[in-house]
Amino acid sequence: MSSVEGNRTNLPTNGKQRPASRRQPRHAGWGQGFLLPLLAIFTALVLGGLLILVTDLEVIAAFTRIPRQVADPFTNADTQISLEEALWHHPPEVSMGDLVEVDGTAKRVVAQVEDEQEQISLETARELYPQLGPGVTIHLNFLQKPAVGLRAAWQSVSRTYAALFEGAIGNPSRMAAVVRAWLQGDPSLLPQAFYPIMESLVVATPYILVGLAVALSFRAGLFNIGAEGQYFIGGLSCVFVGYSLKGLPIYIHLPLTLLAGVIGGGLWGAIPGLLKALTGAHEVINTIMMNYIAFALSDWLLNGPMQRPGGFTPVSPEIQPSAMLPSLFPSPIRFHAGFFLALACAAAVYWLLFKTTVGFELRSVGANPHAARYAGMSLTRNFVLAMFLSGGLAGLAAANEISGLTHYMPNAFSAGYGFDSIALALLGKSHPVGVVLASLLFGILRAGATRMQSVASIPIDIISILQATIIIFVAAPEIIRMIYRLPKGKKAGPAKASTAAEAAAEAAAEAGAESVE
Amino acid sequence: MVLRLGRMVGTTHPAETDEHALAALMVGHEVQLELDKEPAAPQDTVLDIHDLRVLDDRHGLAVDGLSLQVRAGEIVGVAGVQGNGQTELVETLTGLRAMNDGRVSIAGKDISHASPRQVTELGVAHVPEDRQRDGLVLDFPVADNLMLNTYYLPPNARGITLQDRVIRENAVRRVAEFDIRTPGIDAPVANLSGGNQQKVIVAREFSRPIKLLIASQPTRGLDVGSVEYIHKRILAARDAGTAILLVSSELDEIVALSDRIAVMYKGRLTGVVKPDEVTRQQLGLLMAGYTEDERASSPDER
Repeated sequence: MSSVEGNRTNLPTNGKQRPASRRQPRHAGWGQGFLLPLLAIFTALVLGGLLILVTDLEVIAAFTRIPRQVADPFTNADTQISLEEALWHHPPEVSMGDLVEVDGTAKRVVAQVEDEQEQISLETARELYPQLGPGVTIHLNFLQKPAVGLRAAWQSVSRTYAALFEGAIGNPSRMAAVVRAWLQGDPSLLPQAFYPIMESLVVATPYILVGLAVALSFRAGLFNIGAEGQYFIGGLSCVFVGYSLKGLPIYIHLPLTLLAGVIGGGLWGAIPGLLKALTGAHEVINTIMMNYIAFALSDWLLNGPMQRPGGFTPVSPEIQPSAMLPSLFPSPIRFHAGFFLALACAAAVYWLLFKTTVGFELRSVGANPHAARYAGMSLTRNFVLAMFLSGGLAGLAAANEISGLTHYMPNAFSAGYGFDSIALALLGKSHPVGVVLASLLFGILRAGATRMQSVASIPIDIISILQATIIIFVAAPEIIRMIYRLPKGKKAGPAKASTAAEAAAEAAAEAGAESVE
Repeated sequence: MVLRLGRMVGTTHPAETDEHALAALMVGHEVQLELDKEPAAPQDTVLDIHDLRVLDDRHGLAVDGLSLQVRAGEIVGVAGVQGNGQTELVETLTGLRAMNDGRVSIAGKDISHASPRQVTELGVAHVPEDRQRDGLVLDFPVADNLMLNTYYLPPNARGITLQDRVIRENAVRRVAEFDIRTPGIDAPVANLSGGNQQKVIVAREFSRPIKLLIASQPTRGLDVGSVEYIHKRILAARDAGTAILLVSSELDEIVALSDRIAVMYKGRLTGVVKPDEVTRQQLGLLMAGYTEDERASSPDER
């Protein structure tokens, strides 16, 4: 370095300029951004399938002991008829072992018609056990009859996932039929057919809001573990405004109720933000502690000052009708306007984060607090603001649930939204669009799980395992890259790769031009 | 072997070449090693530091009663071995660190307790010592980094709404004007080379009306082409009437650019000298803590 400092004036000013004017989409890595989560979900489903297999007793049986009746010749519906059926054809004088004539063929009457599928020919059986005679049942293992095990495995998994899908979205053919009926003027079956998907959206609604809450705090570099507590406080303040104010018109009372949730959760979140900004206390510890305080506070309020009059259970009074979000469909469908409120919030968070100076500050503080200070941004203000907004969104999630769904606040209010929200923000890469998609996925999984449990008798817990697996894969994308042999690193996205290649080509051309002169 | 823009532009043996020839190959043309600098035409005092005392992170006295003036149109270089309070001095001047005692004013306005934003708004540009830590948000695109401290001002923002179109147009102009080599204005600044990252900072800081430039290690770790370019820009700013405080641990850089050199040792100034009136050896002695008087009398006694 020492010999080359100094002032040089005849620097090449590089007349033809860099291709900076090329208009690129602002988020050039989207291809990769979607691919990895999708592969993560897919891989998790495969792993979930394996888990279903190893826990399904039927499948285990099909892999270990396959019962087969040794028969010679094969008996089936062509040559046999059950006693019950024979009696129907020839009442009343048929008995076991008789030959009866049905539809022109003679059939032997047996107790139960053996399915060819469950038999094994004497010939085959004697290859295994030479002494065998017809009529006994032997057990085969997986290697002797692999198709059985595999078929049982496939059936088990496909039945489970089909139930999950039907429970979450609905039965496609039935939905199509109902829509056809509706077009012909019969809307009576519509609610039933579309109930599953509507229910998924209902479940997804609070997920969207709490996911946005945590995503926003992530963007500001804060790890808000306290969404659960903020959710509770938001619920308490919302329900209080909802039942205590009476006689207001809906267009005043409803916004007021929702706003109460926002402010309650927001203030609860702002406390750890303020503590961090002023004292440096870590927000992870403080938000967790604030959770415990929130739970205890809610417990006390619902058992005391806010308990429903005349009741003994820890539930709040019901909110006034003027504080209720309108439900958009008749009774069995719980879908309410809150879903659109959540989507609007996602759009608002997107706008705030990426299109305003407020969001620019939040993101700068999150991405590099040193540079943010250097650029004149106040860390204190942004920490408090981020935590207020984050808590406000969590509070709104609670207000939304109360105002749109439950209409009161029970003691066991949250279904772990506060903790799922961290997973949602991770899965959605802290981007509002990603969070909405992740929330829809979680809503679908949760709503479908109920039907899956009843139809396929797969325990609902498998869904939690699925969710956890998805999160692990999203949090550790290297695993996915390894499994699917994807190229490494951020720049691997197709959009970026192409621009990088162009830039390199141009640079090379430029260098060529320079070395020529 | 010399590489430039991904191409080999020359091969030579260490024995057969010298620094001039290598530098020429690396920047693509014969560089001028001799300084081509007009004499300074200093005007009014812009930066006035009076008896400044600053504590470092361990509560030791990092700047200990330092007084210094920088006038418009001159470059004052702060020389010294790293860790003698230069970092704390710059942080204090730019509002990033609270001072313990003393007074600092810029263009007559007291900024002793001003925030970084207030300092910036007085027309102070700051090229920070650690560009990746303080000067840039590495994950952000080039365009965002080019407006990192003016994002809230019109025309970048109207109310709280960022004016995307204006920001992009400005970014394109800056990238062209300052020859920033980037795949595009949307590329994260982390993808750029060190020299081009520094050019982003220089482009940002030099593109607004400034009275005072505080440049800390502006060319550390950069390639020769970028060094040359940034030096040229600093001199141009001086000639345009900006007061410049240049902090560098590169003695060659200090000597080449400065109109006056302030040597810092343990938080104090051991001397303020003119570059053409001292030898390297004398500067070295000052940097080692010998004050000018001692230097004049008998350095051997210490």
